[in-house]
Amino acid sequence: MLEPSPSAVATKEMAGGTGGPPDALAEAVEFEVSRTKRYGVSGWLAMGWLAFVLVCAILIPMFMHAPVNTGKYANKGFLDELKFPLGTDGNGNNMVLLLAKGARNSLIVSVGAILFGLVVGGSLGLVAGYFRGRLDSILTGIFNILLAIPQLVLAIALVSVLATDTIDNKGIPHPVSSGRRLLILVIALGIVSVPILARITRANALQWSQREFVLAARAQGARNLTVMVREVLPNVLPAMFSIALLGIAVAMVAEGGLSILGVGVHFPSVSWGNMIAIGRADLRASPHIVFEPIACIFLTVLSLNYLGDVIRARFDVRESVL
Amino acid sequence: MSPRRQKNGGTRFPDAPLDGPLLEVDNVKTMFKTPRGLVHAVDGVEFTLERGKTIGIVGESGCGKSVLSRSIMGLLPNNVVREGSIRFEGNEIGHAVGEEMRHFWGTQMSMVFQDPMTSLNPVMRIGNQITESLRYHLDVSKDYANEAALALLQSVGIPEAKRRLREYPHQLSGGMRQRVMIAIALACGPKLLFADEPTTALDVTVQAQILDLLQQQQRERFMAMVLVTHDLGVVAGRTDDIAVMYAGRIVEKAPTRLLFSETRHPYTEALLKSIPKLAQPSHMRLDAIAGRPPDLVNPPPGCKFAPRCPYAQARCLVEEPPLDDSATPGHAFRCFYPVGSNEGKDALARNLAAGATASGRPVFAEGDALATGTVVV
Repeated sequence: MLEPSPSAVATKEMAGGTGGPPDALAEAVEFEVSRTKRYGVSGWLAMGWLAFVLVCAILIPMFMHAPVNTGKYANKGFLDELKFPLGTDGNGNNMVLLLAKGARNSLIVSVGAILFGLVVGGSLGLVAGYFRGRLDSILTGIFNILLAIPQLVLAIALVSVLATDTIDNKGIPHPVSSGRRLLILVIALGIVSVPILARITRANALQWSQREFVLAARAQGARNLTVMVREVLPNVLPAMFSIALLGIAVAMVAEGGLSILGVGVHFPSVSWGNMIAIGRADLRASPHIVFEPIACIFLTVLSLNYLGDVIRARFDVRESVL
Repeated sequence: MSPRRQKNGGTRFPDAPLDGPLLEVDNVKTMFKTPRGLVHAVDGVEFTLERGKTIGIVGESGCGKSVLSRSIMGLLPNNVVREGSIRFEGNEIGHAVGEEMRHFWGTQMSMVFQDPMTSLNPVMRIGNQITESLRYHLDVSKDYANEAALALLQSVGIPEAKRRLREYPHQLSGGMRQRVMIAIALACGPKLLFADEPTTALDVTVQAQILDLLQQQQRERFMAMVLVTHDLGVVAGRTDDIAVMYAGRIVEKAPTRLLFSETRHPYTEALLKSIPKLAQPSHMRLDAIAGRPPDLVNPPPGCKFAPRCPYAQARCLVEEPPLDDSATPGHAFRCFYPVGSNEGKDALARNLAAGATASGRPVFAEGDALATGTVVV
């Protein structure tokens, strides 16, 4: 068996063994060792960036009101004017504000989609992995079919079906509202993420359901639902979460792809993806309009990947102590 | 004892006869469907267990002892084929499936597993794992369940029980974890406890403590216990009866003292000989039982132990001896040439003279092989 931090464990045992005061010292040592070891510098940087994005996405649109379409300031570059540290877009909108609003929508779509996938895919995977047998074969078959359809194509198809304009009795088309459009994007990308999350959950549930403590819980008379939720699920969650974090990154990129293809977030609401789609036109004259959201997506996806790794590594350690 | 029995038995099973045996196992067969064919893991086992008594089930790996205890509990995978009758307090449970058995699990019968490293949930606090079964069976309040868990932990000899309740399994040693497992198994006051090799995965120094704890709890609660083990030393002096299993069937069954003093079956004798003894000189070679248990898909005709038995005669290879207790009531064994009898002595002498048993396995006096100068008969 591998110990996570041998020195900390040893200290703890010594303190306990000598019958001294409660091992506050040992706990302090363990805490100190584990903190740097468990997350690492990259882990902290990743968490810092994500927290920064989250705070900006919430606070900046609340406190910063900029006039829209003030052509006077159009296409200011990076640090051209102190008033616009990140420049402006072709309509003279402050890029800081646009990026913050875009962050909000990008996060809503990607996190929402993965939450949808976690709930639906997670429960299907858990049921398949726990009960096995025919139910598992059927569900796995469905996941495989979904996985066989190219994801972007599936997402485009789902969005175009779900987000068709409604035409009233006078023949006037009413486009889908931007809030509803976000919801549709969440569901479409969520459905795309279901089979991936379901398969990961199933694989882990399959493995954990074979453990003796599951049998022991059954031997104590626990219901299947109780065993699944209380015994198997908590053990499967770390794997689900680390994949979910990567999934958020993938969904964020996918939303950008959908926007570029014209089925993502529509003007006047913005997302990072649709900023890239719109800014493409002025790429030569003012590249910052495209590169700033690209940098945001890049850093966010990178952070999510790092965080996923860190979380997985952390729980791997815990498992090896068992 | 009787008021408590009355209470439990009375509420759950109005028709349960309160004076009959707790558990009657009759001609139980458990087979598994596999690609190779039907595996006869348990093949016609019968025994009776009275309330508050203990039985030890002994045998080497793969002889069906764990499958037997799981058959009685009804904790078997889906590819199983079950036959025979299992009566618990007079109720037939031999063919009950999951949902029906759930009422028995925990409150009527419960199990302590072999490996405490894997039989506790790694991400749940000890306290929650104990209170869980209390709460779904007895519908008690959280505070009451917590107090009960504390009392249970103290009764299984865990120091600083209060602090341990809030700890996770990885913070406990193997012996501690097995104590926690015992506390969990005892939480709802079962009438029958299965201990499935409860000490196999533990440090030798802890084994005796855990066995003592099981025995103490079993006596205090007037609980019947089935102790499954591969180690005759574990059951010696701790059980009322012992059943020795081989290839899915009981080959010898006797009160514990009688089994050791008047061993009848050659397999039991071989098991006894393979226990190291303190009086033996150091570096002495231990007796092993040559060969392997038979293939349970196509078991050989005749006595299942005959291919490995130093007493084997031609008859043993074709005809299976019945489980017979006519010689001494209560002491049943399956052998035509039992150890210690004249037939047995003659059979061994014949085999020694021929240099091989009827199955062709070479035999020689122990002295020849080990140069200790003793001939074991």
